[in-house]
Amino acid sequence: MGIPTLISTNTADGDSALNITSGITSSYDEYMFVLIDMYITADAGGVQFNVSIDGGSNYNVSKNTTDFWASHNENDAETQFQYNTGSDVSGTGNHLLTIGQGDNADDSASGILYLFSPSNTTFVKHFYSRIHVSNYTPRANNHYAAGYFNTTSAINAVTFVPSSETLSGTIQLYGIS
Amino acid sequence: MAMTLITTNTSDGSASSDFTSSIDSTYKLYIFKMYNVNPATDSTHLKFQANAASQSGYNETITSTLFWAYHKEDNSGTPALAYVAGYDQAQGTSYHILSDGIGNDSDASLAGELYLFNPSNTTYVKHFQATTQIYGSGDQSINIFSAGYFNTTAAIDDIQFKMDSGNMDGVIKMYGVS
Repeated sequence: MGIPTLISTNTADGDSALNITSGITSSYDEYMFVLIDMYITADAGGVQFNVSIDGGSNYNVSKNTTDFWASHNENDAETQFQYNTGSDVSGTGNHLLTIGQGDNADDSASGILYLFSPSNTTFVKHFYSRIHVSNYTPRANNHYAAGYFNTTSAINAVTFVPSSETLSGTIQLYGIS
Repeated sequence: MAMTLITTNTSDGSASSDFTSSIDSTYKLYIFKMYNVNPATDSTHLKFQANAASQSGYNETITSTLFWAYHKEDNSGTPALAYVAGYDQAQGTSYHILSDGIGNDSDASLAGELYLFNPSNTTYVKHFQATTQIYGSGDQSINIFSAGYFNTTAAIDDIQFKMDSGNMDGVIKMYGVS
């Protein structure tokens, strides 16, 4: 991690999306999104994200991603360490940062997403994330996602959406110089 | 935790990116951030090695691990999470591999970070951890996790990054964390 500068604090409260449409510029080589207590009203739902190259008018940039997790049930009955074929993306759809979140009042997801050189106009744009979920089964689920947005256009907006219904939570945007 | 930017190396068709000063006892942790690393030669790996103080050559003894998550753009093959035995070392002195083969397409690149712990210590081995994300030469996304230790009690004061073959472009920044 470099030197993080807080750019904005963004809050959702039962919303269909949390959009960050300012502050993503050429000012920083790297942006860090800190997701705090993201709650989805749909049981077994998750937080998805996508990016925009037109200021937030469209969130549909082509991407190629990977996804794996380590998980462990509260009752100690099962552990998993596996690639999640159903969570990766090759196309313009949203990437799943989490899946299987519980909808109990105390369930949530927290973690960090890094986006590299979003304003560069020569290369694809890489990202990776590590987000921890209290899963609906219930289990601890440590979720690793990564990939690249297959565009040489500058990315200038990011959306976080629930897989269905609504989401709540706080996302802090930092720039790293 | 305070982090200080020490050095920015910008490579433009360079054979390597060398950090030959300021790795000393000032910081317990050094972080190298890699941006838009693009090789001249297709399907070449970014790698790194260290040189111990008062010695010559990037040839310290390494024992290391590497695993990755992998997915092709066209969904061909099988996406996988796998340990990559061919990219680790057991008391080897080769450069440590930080990626799979990066494409040399004009838009292909690597981004990531490398943590080097307490390089100036003269009692213990020197640990490192790296996470990189690449656009591979086969149009695949690969998220690579590697780690290891330099099996030396000598202080490490030089670090070099380079490709398997050919030159590279990109920016690598070194931070000290105190």
